[in-house]
Amino acid sequence: MTTDQADLQLSPGMVLTGKWHGHRYRIIRKIGSGAQGTVYLAANGERAVALKIAKARGSLISEANVLKELNRSGDRTLAPHCFDLDDWITGAGKNISICAMELLKGKPLIDTLPAKSFDWSVVYLIQLLGQLQKLHHSGYVFGDLKPENLMLTEQEQRIRCLDFGGATRMGRSIREYTEFYDRGYWGLGTRKAEPSYDLFACAMILIYATTGKRFEKSARPGEQLLQQIRARAELRPYQQILSRALTGKYQDAMQMRRELLDQVTAKKGDAGMRRTERTGTDRVRNEWLRALTAASLILAAYIILVIFIMM
Amino acid sequence: MAKGRLKQILLITDGCSNQGEDPVAMAALAREQGIAVNVIGVLDDFDHEDSRGLQEVERIARAGGGISQIVRTKQLVQTVQMVTKQAMTQTIKGVIDQELQDILGNSQALEDLPPEKQSKVMEVIDELGETVDLNVCLLVDTSASMTSKLATVRQSLTDLSLSLSARMGHNQFCLYLFPGKRKTVQKVISWTPKLDNLTRSFDKISARGVTPTGPALRDAVKSFDQLSRRQLAEQSDEAYDDGPG
Repeated sequence: MTTDQADLQLSPGMVLTGKWHGHRYRIIRKIGSGAQGTVYLAANGERAVALKIAKARGSLISEANVLKELNRSGDRTLAPHCFDLDDWITGAGKNISICAMELLKGKPLIDTLPAKSFDWSVVYLIQLLGQLQKLHHSGYVFGDLKPENLMLTEQEQRIRCLDFGGATRMGRSIREYTEFYDRGYWGLGTRKAEPSYDLFACAMILIYATTGKRFEKSARPGEQLLQQIRARAELRPYQQILSRALTGKYQDAMQMRRELLDQVTAKKGDAGMRRTERTGTDRVRNEWLRALTAASLILAAYIILVIFIMM
Repeated sequence: MAKGRLKQILLITDGCSNQGEDPVAMAALAREQGIAVNVIGVLDDFDHEDSRGLQEVERIARAGGGISQIVRTKQLVQTVQMVTKQAMTQTIKGVIDQELQDILGNSQALEDLPPEKQSKVMEVIDELGETVDLNVCLLVDTSASMTSKLATVRQSLTDLSLSLSARMGHNQFCLYLFPGKRKTVQKVISWTPKLDNLTRSFDKISARGVTPTGPALRDAVKSFDQLSRRQLAEQSDEAYDDGPG
């Protein structure tokens, strides 16, 4: 037995009918393919869905199990909705596992990164960390975190996780990963599912955003990554945060998100004008505070006076 | 099953055997003793796919009830851990299919159940894959044509250890090279829970033309006997320690 099944090519217009639930899916076009299967855009009646055709039955069913559990949490933005898990018997009589999922409309981050400024990358990362915090809170680690598995929805304003094939229950071994984003590959940690595993990948995504390509590890991978960060002007302000993420210093996504936010807002603008502007606003805020304190003091005195008179 | 352990042989080679016993027969022998034999065939970019060697890779795995995969040296690291994990799932699924057949009859397997039940069974398979103890005997072909690939092989074994040690179950590894410096098959690491320092293990090789795959498989089967004897001894020691006094 070999591990790979031959790739099934489904042509547009073809209709698949599920063996158990009888739902009909008309293939529109191929969206993508990975090690575990191929995803098609398909029509189920009026509804457009992402139809995943398994290469390995086990991994698709496990992924559907994860999606269903996350769907139960009630938060619709946590993971794509899993509509239908079924079997499909091919013309040749082969039994293949299929799964219809919510179609996330948007653009994969991997296609968007080259066109966007670095500021956007940071914003996306901050959003992503918010998403991860929720995911971790529901007991899962995303695992195979990379720009290919992230989708920008709502006019490229919101980031969402796409492929849950690597999603792993906390404390277990990561089910799927990609070497460049895997801390094990870089010799910087285990492949156990814990929040810091995803946070490592987050740091790598930001590095990738500046290099535009993956690179291989050298003899001293840890130092190599720090070198990469120091070598890029855009990354330098985030050096401390990134190296903390790379070495597993963050307990949770929230902590990293907060520090990233602080860094973005505190970042000194290179133009002198911006700086004076900020000091200006600070002064205004201080005056307001003083005024407020004075006002509350007067009010307190007045109340005491009234009480005094009434007695 | 929950308390059982999985036994695997992982053979990494780049060609056809040419010395000693028939490796396909030895793989069948391993299977008889509950050991799955997985085979990875490694090719350089310069190698053209020699169909004879590759056919043997597939035949050994089929006889050994395992998985075979042919890869370029570049993909070896990811393949080694993937094949090992897939083979675990396959073995567990085989056991569960057998159970299903015993319970439900008429050659029922996971595929024949409704999706809702498949999901439940898959949860059990995932759970077992995570918690079961695993013993892997690694067999590395070190004949002359493998020399340029050995650095990657070493990396892939360290990586395998990293992947498997993230599981909740316990692991044991041992490493055999063939041909060895003096012997046909040389044990370089005996059963151990972690493969950390492989740098020196590969020093003990000689680049020779022979490929004694059959004898290597035979020795690998034997190594599992040694391990189970050792584990039995440890268990009885523990029982003795727990006794009164």
